[in-house]
Amino acid sequence: MSAIGHSLSASQPLILGDPGYGAIAHDVAGSLEGRPGTAWWAAFLVAASALGVGVVAIGYTIAVGIGTWGLNRTVGWGFDITNFVFWVGIGHAGTLISAILLLLRQRWRTSIARAAEAMTIFAVMCAALFPFIHMGRPWLAFWMGPYPNTRGSLWVNFRSPLVWDVFAISTYFTVSLLFWYLGMVPDFGTLRDRTRGLKQRIYGWLSLGWDGSARTWQRYEKACLLMAGLATPLVVSVHTIVSFDFATSVIPGWHTTIFPPYFVAGAVFSGFAMVITLLMVTRKVMHIEYLITDKHLEQMAKVLLTTGMLVGFAYTTELFTAWYSGNMYERFTFMNRAMGPYAWAYWLMFCCNVFVPQVFWSKRLRHSAAVLFVGSLLVNVGMWFERFNIVVTSLHRDYLPSSWSHYVPTLTEVGILVGSFGLFFTCFLLFVRVAPVVAFHEVKHTLAQQREEARHAAA
Amino acid sequence: MPRLEAERGRLHALIFEDPEKTLAAVRQLKGEGFEVRDVYSPFPIHGMDEALGLRETRLAYATLIGGLLGGLGKLAFQTWVHVVDWPYNIGGKPDLAFPALVPVTFELAVLFAAFATIGTLFVGRRLWPRWRSEKAADQPHPRVTDDRFAVMVLERDGSFAPGHFRRLSAGLGPEEVIEGWRVL
Repeated sequence: MSAIGHSLSASQPLILGDPGYGAIAHDVAGSLEGRPGTAWWAAFLVAASALGVGVVAIGYTIAVGIGTWGLNRTVGWGFDITNFVFWVGIGHAGTLISAILLLLRQRWRTSIARAAEAMTIFAVMCAALFPFIHMGRPWLAFWMGPYPNTRGSLWVNFRSPLVWDVFAISTYFTVSLLFWYLGMVPDFGTLRDRTRGLKQRIYGWLSLGWDGSARTWQRYEKACLLMAGLATPLVVSVHTIVSFDFATSVIPGWHTTIFPPYFVAGAVFSGFAMVITLLMVTRKVMHIEYLITDKHLEQMAKVLLTTGMLVGFAYTTELFTAWYSGNMYERFTFMNRAMGPYAWAYWLMFCCNVFVPQVFWSKRLRHSAAVLFVGSLLVNVGMWFERFNIVVTSLHRDYLPSSWSHYVPTLTEVGILVGSFGLFFTCFLLFVRVAPVVAFHEVKHTLAQQREEARHAAA
Repeated sequence: MPRLEAERGRLHALIFEDPEKTLAAVRQLKGEGFEVRDVYSPFPIHGMDEALGLRETRLAYATLIGGLLGGLGKLAFQTWVHVVDWPYNIGGKPDLAFPALVPVTFELAVLFAAFATIGTLFVGRRLWPRWRSEKAADQPHPRVTDDRFAVMVLERDGSFAPGHFRRLSAGLGPEEVIEGWRVL
């Protein structure tokens, strides 16, 4: 990470052409204050339709039961858990950008942090959806919590990884939401002072009476650092606990100690790919290329390259461990992944996650919009299939060949997956309409530092 | 804003267009013995805490206390559940299987620490939802949340030299000087 920091010099500004402090809020807030354009409406229509498909599919699942899915006795986890892990992973890049890069004083984070945090919130919402509907009776979801009840002494089992998961995901969501809101308070203050009428009242309410006093800023900056310090171990713990759902079981292909770091690296990898995809579209639509520059995208491409190699290392380590263990079930599972009926999914994952990011060694390709966009999409396809491989391929051929089975998702399951993308993009599109998609105060701070550096360089 | 109600005097505002001038002005004014009550800015200014002589914030203690309460409280609760209220044999493991209690303990420590941090910040700085923004009325310039910087100088009876203040402020290069912005 420090290598990225050193490569940033005054000759490669993070904000292009010094727009002035006022212009930053003007350009970002201007798009909130005006009416949405055709591009936004077109995107919103597509996203909302996808969400509609999801609502129908989920309604059908809840009305009829999870027998509407392609799950069977051997493959008890399919699309649902694949999607759950996929979406939780997407969320992690937001926390990484907003918390870990803050602690590492990576100033290139300021332009993109807000959008990435929003992505975290919406991705965790999508993720939480899947365990809920997988219960079959989601109205009994409160059984997952430890609450005093009339069934005698009856508590949840705190020694179960699935209970850890409940606490991890709900804590993660709450803390991310608080951190996101904390970051937006000064910007809501700016919006309050720019708008009139009802909007001013709403932004005034949201800004909590923010006045920008030096004493408030002092405490505020401290609070942001403390929250970043809390969020950093939290994000690592969350995906570690998600990996425990698998690793603490005795299923070959799941029961490995490499899972926690492997899952965290994969989460960062897929999350950054999603941030690239989203921001390339957002900056184009909002005309803020001078704030979210090619430099920012290039840094993220480097993160993709690094984490892509980390997951590649994990894939090969898994293969080696399976061979070296001498355990026939473990060996079989990995032979089956690479050469069994789901071999296409394995190799799709391998190509998208290990080979595709290698193009980012080239500076020219890191700066190519087309390569970056297609590359980031392919990484997300690959990462979705990684989770599919872990969940489905490990399960479908278990210890007794007589119980071997095959899993094919039904239309309902595909509909729910489409719906989760719909939910994600609908939320994101609404967000860019009502809240500051770029953190004004942080970018202004970066601009002030950039000016100071330029003065020092000139002197 | 410090407890202004308790003060007596006139509050003057110097409006600047960039953070360096603002910081230099605060240093100069304080050096000449003027009382700088506060500074308003659209983003934190590096070095302003020292220039204003603000004490280091103790917010981190709130985080620590919250974290300890959440973590220890949850650990005690889990222990009570599995050892006292409902001992249950799971795979022959001991009732007090400490390592298995760590993840939830950790999550609750983080959750409580986060609430304690944000809660203390919001209550301590009086940040809470208001429809009518009485706090925004404390802003001497409508653009201090956008691209203006305000230095607030308090004039008390007796010790204030208006002529000196005028000459000095003119030399600091402000965009505007609002004399007697508010009488306290």
